[in-house]
Amino acid sequence: MFGQRVSLAIAEADPQKGLKRRWRLGERFIEGWIFLAGLLTVVILLGIIILLVKEGVPIFFHTSPWEFFFGTKWYPVSDPPTFGIMPFFVATLWVTIVATAMAVPIGIGCAAYLSEVASSKVRETLKPIIELLAGIPSVVMGFIGLMLLSPLVQSAFNLNTGLCGLSAGIMLALMSLPIIVSVSEDALQAVPDEFRQASYALGATKWETIRHVCIPGAFSGITAAVMLGVGRAIGETMTVLMIAGGALAVPVSPTDPMMPMTAAIASGIGNAVRGGLQYQALFAIGLILFIITLTVNLISDKVLERQKRKFAR
Amino acid sequence: MAIRTTASRQLSQRAAFGLLSVSAILVVVPVIVIILLFVINGSGAISWEFLTQDPSQAGKAGGIFPAIVGTFFLMLGTIVFALPLGVMAGIYLTEYAKENWLTRSINLAIVNLAGVPSIVYGLFGLGVFVMLFNFGMSLLSASLTLACQALAMTVTTSREAILSVPKEYREGSLAIGVTRWQTIRHLVLPQALPGIITGAVLAMSRAAGETAPILIVGAAFLLPGLPQSPFDQFMALPYHLYTVAAHVPGMPKSTIWGVALVLLAVVLSFNILATIIRLKARRRRLNA
Repeated sequence: MFGQRVSLAIAEADPQKGLKRRWRLGERFIEGWIFLAGLLTVVILLGIIILLVKEGVPIFFHTSPWEFFFGTKWYPVSDPPTFGIMPFFVATLWVTIVATAMAVPIGIGCAAYLSEVASSKVRETLKPIIELLAGIPSVVMGFIGLMLLSPLVQSAFNLNTGLCGLSAGIMLALMSLPIIVSVSEDALQAVPDEFRQASYALGATKWETIRHVCIPGAFSGITAAVMLGVGRAIGETMTVLMIAGGALAVPVSPTDPMMPMTAAIASGIGNAVRGGLQYQALFAIGLILFIITLTVNLISDKVLERQKRKFAR
Repeated sequence: MAIRTTASRQLSQRAAFGLLSVSAILVVVPVIVIILLFVINGSGAISWEFLTQDPSQAGKAGGIFPAIVGTFFLMLGTIVFALPLGVMAGIYLTEYAKENWLTRSINLAIVNLAGVPSIVYGLFGLGVFVMLFNFGMSLLSASLTLACQALAMTVTTSREAILSVPKEYREGSLAIGVTRWQTIRHLVLPQALPGIITGAVLAMSRAAGETAPILIVGAAFLLPGLPQSPFDQFMALPYHLYTVAAHVPGMPKSTIWGVALVLLAVVLSFNILATIIRLKARRRRLNA
């Protein structure tokens, strides 16, 4: 009796088997696409590397790496053309130094204020405003630098032009602040409350607790925040293209007009003959830029990982 | 540590807190000043004609209608590619991926893609979409380039949104014999939707403001009409702003401010929209 029922059930299930398999096949198909989409980020990253190497490295058959990195003359259209990227590299260095010198203390101070001092009401008001700053496009920041900041810088430092590395650096500082603030604040928030309470119990004031407990505890997170800010400043294009001044000489002071690496690519690529020497040289600058930002990112990611593990329980 | 009186410790605390709040002010005040200046200087240029007419006299007169439309096309084109792929990658990472070298390299790639400078994406788009795929300098090339750039963001936000769906939902569904994909499709994705949409809207806002890549792969300053196909060049607000602000001499100041205000309004309204969606979803979850 029972055996009969079972075989009946099997017989009933049988015709569905084909349907089920077809359904499973459809799922396999979708899951296959999902897997490919998962791979896509890796494919794009590899694609970027391959393309930059393929288009950029051939310049070294024309200009030796030494001349390329340490040459101070960028004359892509003279005969014979010379491609020395020292002016761009030094310009990037200057604007990044100015931006970092301004953004790091202010950013960490702001993060400490938001995380440790401000009431929750103040914090909830200020955070959206800082997020808003992160949302302002770089071309708008460049425009503000052009209209408002560079005349100020010009008169304050008595310069021939306000379009210089200093103006660009100040704007970049403003642009890298949101990431520095938010990542530092997260790191400070991750310091367990017991640490603070232990410090108060030992008679420390709130500031002493911040200074000697919270900030050291969040140190690696804050380091990562600073690195992310630096990465942002190095890679920023429109702002420096619009207000750094665009001069081709090696800048000796931040108040010189200058052309950082990103600006050099943006302003040169439109006129470069595709596949020509200038085109290759610009891709090579792109490759260097990519390597720098990749390194900065990898390190800050590692540091952030460590910070996360530190207080994980 | 040297022994210090309570009074001097209190004093140094007050000084330090003063400095900290000054740094907060230094971050917040510029934002408010910028936005106020935009409203004050830009609103004079904004008129119905400015928003709906084609530019004339090399952009000095007329409106910026084609640039506004071009930017919306670009936002749409970016999200059409970046959202489905981002969600699928997010599903893979949360629901399918095992703890192995492949998953680790995908996560590493996401982190690094987010940090690649926009100008490098421009070079990538030029080499791959404009030249290798032969899409030319076009709306399509620009959309694909910006989609590559947006992908890191849509993957991350989808992943976070899907991760926030409680595990019990999946286990319950799998236990009654529903397949994995059906569970994802009918249970996990609807729950994760607000988070996914927040990410998409943010990605669109960013695409609207991005300038350096489209400068390389297809934006044009003045065009006779709207793009008729994805293979046409296009005007876009950020590129228009860059050109009128930095390259066209004798540009009326009010026009430049007007372009900048419209761009800022588009970008920030999408930003604020994302915040609203996020807050609404959070409130709903708390009530549930």
